[in-house]
Amino acid sequence: MMLNQLTITEAQVGLRAKKFSIVELVTACLDQIKTYDHKLHCFLTLNDQALNQAKVMDAKPDWSKPLFGLPFALKDNFLTEGLRTTASAKVLDDYLPQYNATVYQRLLNAGAILLGKTNMDAWAHGSSTETSDYGPTLNPWNTAHLPGGSSGGSAAAVAADMCIFAIGSETAGSIRQPAAWCGVTGFKPTYGRVSRYGVIAMASSTDSPGPLAKNTTDAALVTAVIAGVDPCDATSSPKPVDIHPQSLQGLSLKGKKIALPQEYLLGEAKDLVLKAAEVFKQAGANIKNVSLLDPKFAIDVYTLVQRSEVSSNLARYDGIRYGADRSAFSYQAKNRSLLGTFALSTGYYDQYYKKAQQVRTQIIAEFDQLFKEYEFYLAPVSPGPALKLGTGQDNPMFGEIEDRLVEASSVAGLTGLSVPCGFIDGLPIGLQITGPQFSEQSILSAGYFYQSQTKFHLQKPKL
Amino acid sequence: MTKLIPVIGLEIHVELKTKTGMFCSCSADHFGKAPNTNTCPVCLGLPGALPIPNHQAIDWAIMVGLALNCRVNLESTFDRKHYFYPDLPKGYQISQYDDPFCQSGFLNLESGKKIRINRVHLEEDTAKMQHKVVNGKKLTLVDFNRSGVPLVEIVTEPDISSGAEAKEFLKKLRDILRSLQVSDCDMEKGSMRLEPNISWSESATKLNNYKVEIKNLNSFRFAEAGIDFELNRQKALLDEGKTPLQETRGYNSQKHATFSQRIKETSADYRYFPDPDIPPIVLTKEYVEKLREKLPKFPEVLVSELVKSFHLNTQTAQLLVKDASKLAYFKKYCHEIEPEKLANLIVNKKIDLKQPPIIKTASQKVDSGIIEKVLAENADAVAKYKAGKTSIIGFLIGQVMKLTHGQTDPASAQNLLLKHLQG
Repeated sequence: MMLNQLTITEAQVGLRAKKFSIVELVTACLDQIKTYDHKLHCFLTLNDQALNQAKVMDAKPDWSKPLFGLPFALKDNFLTEGLRTTASAKVLDDYLPQYNATVYQRLLNAGAILLGKTNMDAWAHGSSTETSDYGPTLNPWNTAHLPGGSSGGSAAAVAADMCIFAIGSETAGSIRQPAAWCGVTGFKPTYGRVSRYGVIAMASSTDSPGPLAKNTTDAALVTAVIAGVDPCDATSSPKPVDIHPQSLQGLSLKGKKIALPQEYLLGEAKDLVLKAAEVFKQAGANIKNVSLLDPKFAIDVYTLVQRSEVSSNLARYDGIRYGADRSAFSYQAKNRSLLGTFALSTGYYDQYYKKAQQVRTQIIAEFDQLFKEYEFYLAPVSPGPALKLGTGQDNPMFGEIEDRLVEASSVAGLTGLSVPCGFIDGLPIGLQITGPQFSEQSILSAGYFYQSQTKFHLQKPKL
Repeated sequence: MTKLIPVIGLEIHVELKTKTGMFCSCSADHFGKAPNTNTCPVCLGLPGALPIPNHQAIDWAIMVGLALNCRVNLESTFDRKHYFYPDLPKGYQISQYDDPFCQSGFLNLESGKKIRINRVHLEEDTAKMQHKVVNGKKLTLVDFNRSGVPLVEIVTEPDISSGAEAKEFLKKLRDILRSLQVSDCDMEKGSMRLEPNISWSESATKLNNYKVEIKNLNSFRFAEAGIDFELNRQKALLDEGKTPLQETRGYNSQKHATFSQRIKETSADYRYFPDPDIPPIVLTKEYVEKLREKLPKFPEVLVSELVKSFHLNTQTAQLLVKDASKLAYFKKYCHEIEPEKLANLIVNKKIDLKQPPIIKTASQKVDSGIIEKVLAENADAVAKYKAGKTSIIGFLIGQVMKLTHGQTDPASAQNLLLKHLQG
């Protein structure tokens, strides 16, 4: 096995046993990027200091740091001091941040090494990575297909073993959907569990940073590092972090109630999800069909809230600062800004934004009710496998429709995991395991259990 | 035609003198600093930066509201107010809209007239633009030092009827803010900014179809003059059957006149919505009551106390109350010196508040013990006096003055010394 293919745990064991050095590990990832990234286009900017940092770390190892010497990829909407950060938008083409995002700083403190910044839908507006102002990322399983998005570059980089793990951010599906389409493990923690400070804002009330990794244990290891209250983010939760990557095993499913929302069992993914549910059933879980609000309502709520917040969050790129005028905005950003501006206008606010927030409250109440009885629910992340290149570009509602099965959980700020649960036409399908707010440990344990029983997450694309 | 009356409402912005900014840890004391040396990602509105509300500023805004007899909302939100302007780095200002901290208060004028307060809310200040010529080119430069400084906005109902009433209200308000010690209210430094809205209307509830806002008023005197000028200007137009334009006007203090700055045909659409970066601020009744307990005694209360306890006249008492250091000085010495005299001395004469007061009046009592002490300690001088060298009385007076730290009237000291020496 090549070093760049290792999981976090495998790499840590090897490094500590001195089977290989941090320089060798980083070199393996950089070589993989060199060999395949011209084809897949996962990265926008590489960290030319990565090898030097590895050398320094080899000289003075500190294994007390939880991610010491592990190379990772970072979505390009996380600010990195002095290293170009664009959010895949030409408006920020040559933007050099003055400070580090909290997530990035925590990873650095944990000893991780940044390989580079990954491609995404411009401003994270999309679910295909096709709307990047720097061109699309391609799906490592089949380059005629999309990687999903908006964290498509991070998902594809993990799938193509260009890094040991990656960081993405999700507003509604932007971690879980590309994870599903690229066949990796993606985790969206509870809204407020991971700081948004230094993440170029998309929809502030749902943005949630999280990991894309090779398995659930890795996702847990990374989340444990990046989670926790941040004095720089007033919406970060002061609750103590309850994530223990070393004790994911031993989850007793006997008698546990797991929900299968009928409205979510859509498309080609349905049969694979039902098969996945069987795995839980065989461990003694009590799988029950339930009925939830039609996901189409979540599309409306999400679209209104997101467009409104986007129009506000993009207002600072007003042509006075950052060097590019407003003509540098591409279609999606303009479209969303206009819709959001309209929805927040006098006379329409009550009809749109306020109403959307009221429905959002209802969605939250419905989930509260569900989780009184059930541990979590199972559903497809996306109704089908990765769509073909070109399908995302000109459809302004592409993302919302592709992400409709994860939108309700996003607007409710829930915890959700995406794990590979099979293949259709050689393309991976993702299973979502979604639970109440702050149920990270329980959801990760369920994912760990599922991956201990299946091998879908071990399959690698032929590059 | 119905009779029209002057209808004036005030919007007052006050910079709080908190240590740090409204949403960041930059210094709130921005005045006189080199441009753009007091900034951070938050007040520059950089990508990814997030606001953290300053709880000191929130407490103070609530105390201002309580001092103005407002109702305090136990759940308040910060909202985004969107507009495009170079001094606004995020493209929106964080302010308050539907649920401000305080609503529905009032402040009474001397006449007993009640001026209702619509709301007291918190927001962040904007950056400052400087129009300069650099290398022969006219440029507008932006200094972000002020960006994000906490601002309290106080909005009255349109209950004011004249420039004089506006001036009285503003002075009262400034006195309250100063006694709360939340702001310097220094108009020249821009820490207190006034914006009257003026029209001739049927009543405060039946407003005319236009109003004029005056900006750049940097003294109460200019506010009074500007409002009166504006009322006359509008009246003349209305008398001719014209309707004044809805506009923002500036005030030229040399010409004592207002001038048109910006025509506002429609009201701006600020697209307010609750700032998703800041969870709602939830307070308990107990918390608000604790803030109420912290309120100092307000000028009106202090004046009536001074009048009652020390028999000062109201005008003198008001003048004392206006200046916290003068009031403190009065309280320090009012038990040693006759209060009325002390108060007059403080109010009418420029005295050094660092020195004890010197009152040169015959009625000033000199402790006969001091006289005896001086005589006993200076037996030589007494002997010389008795031997006929009467001029030595000057030396003895000096000793009395020394022992009483100059607080004795030399004439009365002389009288008493003579009494003792001759008696």
